[in-house]
Amino acid sequence: MAMGRIAFLCAGAALALAVPAAAGVHRVEPGEGAGERLQEALILAEPGDTVELGAGRFVLTDGLSLDVDNVTVRGAGPHLTVLDFTGQAGAGEGLLVTSDNVTLRDFAVENPRGDGIKSKGADNIVYHRIRVTWTGGPKAENGAYGIYPVESTGVLIAHAEVSGASDAGIYVGQSRAITVRNSVATDNVAGIEIENSRDALVTRNYVSRNTGGILVFDLPGLPVMGGGNVLVTHNLVAGNNTPNFAPPGNIVAAVPRGTGIMVMANEKVWIEGNVVQDNPTAPFMVVAYTQAFEDPRYNPFPREVVIAGNVVDQGASDPDLPGAPLLLAAFGGTLPPVLSDGLRDPAGAAALFVHEGLPGWSLNLARQGQSLAEARPGPLAAPVPGAKWSLDGIGAPAELEARLK
Amino acid sequence: MRRRLAILGAAALALAGAHALRATAVVEGGVNDPAVLSGTPKTLSAFGFFRAGASHVPNPGIIPYTLNTPLWSDGADKLRFIYLPPGKQLAEGGEGLLRFPVGSAIIKTFAFGEGAARRLIETRVLLHRAEGWVALPYRWNTDQTEATLALAGGRVDLVTPAGEAISYAIPNKNQCKSCHSKDGQVVPIGPQARNLPGEWLKRMSASGLLDRVPQIASSLPDWSSKGEGAAAPRARAYLDVNCAHCHQPGGAASNSGLDLRWEQRDPHSLGVMKRPVAAGRGAGGLLFSIVPGRPDESILLYRMESADPGVAMPELGRSSVDREGVAAVRQWIAEMQ
Repeated sequence: MAMGRIAFLCAGAALALAVPAAAGVHRVEPGEGAGERLQEALILAEPGDTVELGAGRFVLTDGLSLDVDNVTVRGAGPHLTVLDFTGQAGAGEGLLVTSDNVTLRDFAVENPRGDGIKSKGADNIVYHRIRVTWTGGPKAENGAYGIYPVESTGVLIAHAEVSGASDAGIYVGQSRAITVRNSVATDNVAGIEIENSRDALVTRNYVSRNTGGILVFDLPGLPVMGGGNVLVTHNLVAGNNTPNFAPPGNIVAAVPRGTGIMVMANEKVWIEGNVVQDNPTAPFMVVAYTQAFEDPRYNPFPREVVIAGNVVDQGASDPDLPGAPLLLAAFGGTLPPVLSDGLRDPAGAAALFVHEGLPGWSLNLARQGQSLAEARPGPLAAPVPGAKWSLDGIGAPAELEARLK
Repeated sequence: MRRRLAILGAAALALAGAHALRATAVVEGGVNDPAVLSGTPKTLSAFGFFRAGASHVPNPGIIPYTLNTPLWSDGADKLRFIYLPPGKQLAEGGEGLLRFPVGSAIIKTFAFGEGAARRLIETRVLLHRAEGWVALPYRWNTDQTEATLALAGGRVDLVTPAGEAISYAIPNKNQCKSCHSKDGQVVPIGPQARNLPGEWLKRMSASGLLDRVPQIASSLPDWSSKGEGAAAPRARAYLDVNCAHCHQPGGAASNSGLDLRWEQRDPHSLGVMKRPVAAGRGAGGLLFSIVPGRPDESILLYRMESADPGVAMPELGRSSVDREGVAAVRQWIAEMQ
């Protein structure tokens, strides 16, 4: 009797212990019918499961999607497992994620017809060692975004590698609690773009050969606005001088070739400890939204953008701006490192604070939306930064970091 | 023999409309309610929505319906049906979606070809379960005797009524949800009171299958009346039915800020002089979604006129261009002040 009972207890305990370990692994290998097999695995996965992608090239004709919470999609490595969308015939992106607590890691997406990986309304998502590449280099026919989380709370992008996007390589939009770290963004129009988002940390990234390196934008007319509380620190932003290849009409099509770190509108952006070299239009650019708008909820001005201590070169010697020769002549051959449009919120905080001794220049525009042709360029007079505001709670939640192991 | 006649009679009634359906009750070979309520049946026949065989004749209790302005899917013929569980009825919900009781199903079969040449390609079912709506795609076999679950979707080479050879895409289960999601929940799209024929609503109400006829201020126009009538209602109806399931607050494309619902009155939300947000090359080098009077400068029309993935809108559900839809929207933009 007693023994029977003990045996029963043991069995019960063993079963209970087995539950977490029972999380399923759905292994998918490349080859015939890989697209359907992979999509089926993404549909049949249960919360807690892993969809494991074998090494090799998955030749895909349709976009993939994941809509199950708490699933990990894991390849053999960003150069070993490749989802190849060169022959894609349908859907707006390579992979679409619409569920929460998803981890994507160790695989690549090549040549999607639209965006690379989009996650929409997908809270607490991790992109780890993900590579998204358009293999033909910078081309207007390439898709818009490489890594594209939007309308999400909790986004961690680490050790990613994105190139060739005709808009932004890494684009985080209408989201909050964001970290973009240790990633490489090259040969895109915008390397990394944080748009209409709050509490973002952009750090230790290598951002080169884009049209513009790191953009922090806030735009009108969107469901989520009021971008700000962004820290851009310890990034290498160098040699961003690729001619703008964005299809006209997109907001980044207006980004001049040779832009390093650019802030448009937003409140409270702290830029410090970056290496910013060889960005020949403007190492730093801080401006108001440039277009007309009707959205009464929208504030088009930068407020409290701080350019603190950074390692920066002498400035811009080949600006992609109207009247460049005259400008260069006026400033003695090199434009100082900080470019401002001179606009500020008439009812709010100062637009821009600049590290002591770092020179800048201003377009001295008089009103938002004014044509650049009416600029009256002159030296920038910006106050020096005060104490850094609290950046507690900025970046992705700790629980996401724990998934990187 | 008598029994067989009764079944045939019931089917005829179902086809004729919603009259007297209550009287037909469940007969042998009728709908399998447990399959509607749970599980993931591997075959369409497991639901018992249709009589066995290739004729695609609905079983008793399956109610056909049509829409004033239908979604365009490469020119496919759509055979639309509703199933209500025994003793239950629809509840009106104003101009919008009819309210379906748990245990209901909405069934849509996509077919190409006329008469004897008609081929059933796929049947999509929406099942209203206790936990919410579930969407499942079924693909028809070559013999046209059965449709099997196609969770991962698929592709079928076919020729559209417009004579174009295309690779037709059957959506996967997630793509079903992508269009059918509102605030993260799966919801029906089609059976909105304002897009259902008034006669059908009256018949449903008269036969007790709908609690009462909804009050409708403005119904969507009858698309089959072709070019008659003003451009605006036709175009707006087309955009509501083909685009607004994603392009509305809470929809899959909410982040675009574009809201193409029939009731939307704000020109900017409809795209007038609205700049693109994340269109990428989908903008086609154009600056605004709609430029009044200038259809060729309007991104919205540019994307409708493309079949290139990454540019084409809608993103899902078509591999070719709807010339008639493009013409309606073109005329609307051209006439816009």
